[in-house]
Amino acid sequence: MSALSVAVEHRQGAFRLDAAFETPGGVTALFGRSGSGKTTLVNLIGGLIRPDRGRIVLDGETLVDTGARRFVPPHRRRIGYVFQDSRLFPHLSVRANLLFGRRLARASDGIGFDDVIDLLGIAPLLGRRPNGLSGGERQRVAIGRALLARPRLLLMDEPLAALDETRKAEILPFLERLRDAARVPIVYVSHALPEVTRLADRMVVLEEGRVVASGPVDAVTARLDVSTLRGARQAGAVLSATVEGHDPAFALTRLATRAGPLDLPLLDRPVGASLRILVSARDITLSLRRPEGTSALNILAGTVAEIGPSADADPMVELRLDCAGASLVARLTRRSLAELALRPGLPVYAAVKSVALLD
Amino acid sequence: MTDWLTPEEWAALRLSLLVAGTGTLASLGPGLGVAYLLARGRFWGKTVLDMLVHLPLVLPPVVTGYLLLLAFGRRGTFGAALAELGIVLSFRWTGAALACAVMGFPLLVRAIRLSIEAVDVRLEQAAGTLGANPLQVFALVTLPLILPGILAGLVLCFAKAMGEFGATITFVSNIPGETQTLPSAIYTLTQVPGGEAGAMRLTLISIAVSMVALVLSELLARGVARRLAA
Repeated sequence: MSALSVAVEHRQGAFRLDAAFETPGGVTALFGRSGSGKTTLVNLIGGLIRPDRGRIVLDGETLVDTGARRFVPPHRRRIGYVFQDSRLFPHLSVRANLLFGRRLARASDGIGFDDVIDLLGIAPLLGRRPNGLSGGERQRVAIGRALLARPRLLLMDEPLAALDETRKAEILPFLERLRDAARVPIVYVSHALPEVTRLADRMVVLEEGRVVASGPVDAVTARLDVSTLRGARQAGAVLSATVEGHDPAFALTRLATRAGPLDLPLLDRPVGASLRILVSARDITLSLRRPEGTSALNILAGTVAEIGPSADADPMVELRLDCAGASLVARLTRRSLAELALRPGLPVYAAVKSVALLD
Repeated sequence: MTDWLTPEEWAALRLSLLVAGTGTLASLGPGLGVAYLLARGRFWGKTVLDMLVHLPLVLPPVVTGYLLLLAFGRRGTFGAALAELGIVLSFRWTGAALACAVMGFPLLVRAIRLSIEAVDVRLEQAAGTLGANPLQVFALVTLPLILPGILAGLVLCFAKAMGEFGATITFVSNIPGETQTLPSAIYTLTQVPGGEAGAMRLTLISIAVSMVALVLSELLARGVARRLAA
């Protein structure tokens, strides 16, 4: 059974949203350009707007069913919402803001006050007023406030968008801890692919109010047919990996991935630890035979799975490789594509020049 | 300390404070409700309600007083019904308070309405997602945020009530000790030979009361603002 299932149609002026997705839990990213309908979709889930038509079911409870004229108002949904602009109450202290939802829920179970303070590192702020806080501090308090109301689902609408890079880097670790510690399913809205690949388990890609791709992050990020991703992919494909062993003599760490083993500069992670890596499309070189006498350490065998669309003005084209079931994306020139006569099904070898660690 | 005012003058001051205070407080509840309706409501007849509320501001006060007399006099539509319940308004201080409440109402509603319109609806939405029902949203978020507007409205209404003359004298007349407020007393004193000194004393008192009310409201508003900004 899925934790959250959404199927809605909604018209707002000239904009039309017609979206459906399901998620079993964990962190689900709603990804798309601005204006693609991400915020409208979370507002529908949170109950801030009523859909023209559709159904929203959370944990087996029907929150919205226009056919049955059912609409549960936001305050009875127990869905936490972290807004882009934090929306802390200016007339209350940080402590009173944090306790706002908790007092209304009259609950002492679930995640504890001290745990949340600890998790978000906001103990020094408790006595202060929201107006005196920095953007990053405000967002951490807003996250804590939503968590303490004991939500069944947490909606986060671009919680980092209003922050500069330094602040983002300051908050991301908190979000990761939250994901691992709070056990609340999260729907995370973002237009930044690095954020999504770092935080989310699953992603739903929206374009002009429609879902164009949906599924596990590694499968979706490797799709070539999604134009939103093509624009955003300075990156490449995401792979799950576990630490297989360390080689201190050469200062290398060996990772096991579904696509094959990869050697990285020595990592400070225990053997067996699981992590996610990003293989950049630009950092893959393809050859038809296994390269010999090369300095490249990491060579993965696979087949060409898909060739992306190309434009006359663009010398580059993207390829999706299938390496033992895992997807990699390679970016090469159209001329190389023609000279190697690459076509779907052809076995190739991918030399991976570098790998970025996501968490 | 009472020898610098005559007993009648003391009575007028006491009565003015009582009438203006009662009228202002009586306006607060309905004023808050009407202000909320005007600021947030979307209903048929909103413009009509808006006009009705503002009517006492533009009508000659004597006309308002006369309408009150027609409605709440002993033989008036409401007056007769209230008289059955033992509530008599005409020619009583309670009637003067009603006249004050009606005359101050537009000022009170206007101040509160403006402050409600200035409240960020997104904060109220956030409170909803935290589990607050609409009543709790109003009590815990909207009300604290509009407190400065309510204070401003109360002061304006009180000041208007302290100075109210036309509607009061038309509706409840000018009975010393019962309906003779400061303005009525000043008017009476200016009509009798040798009353100038008394009129001047009451005028100074009127000015003092208004100033105290203004300063008090300013201090309260500053306190609230500080609480929000800190």
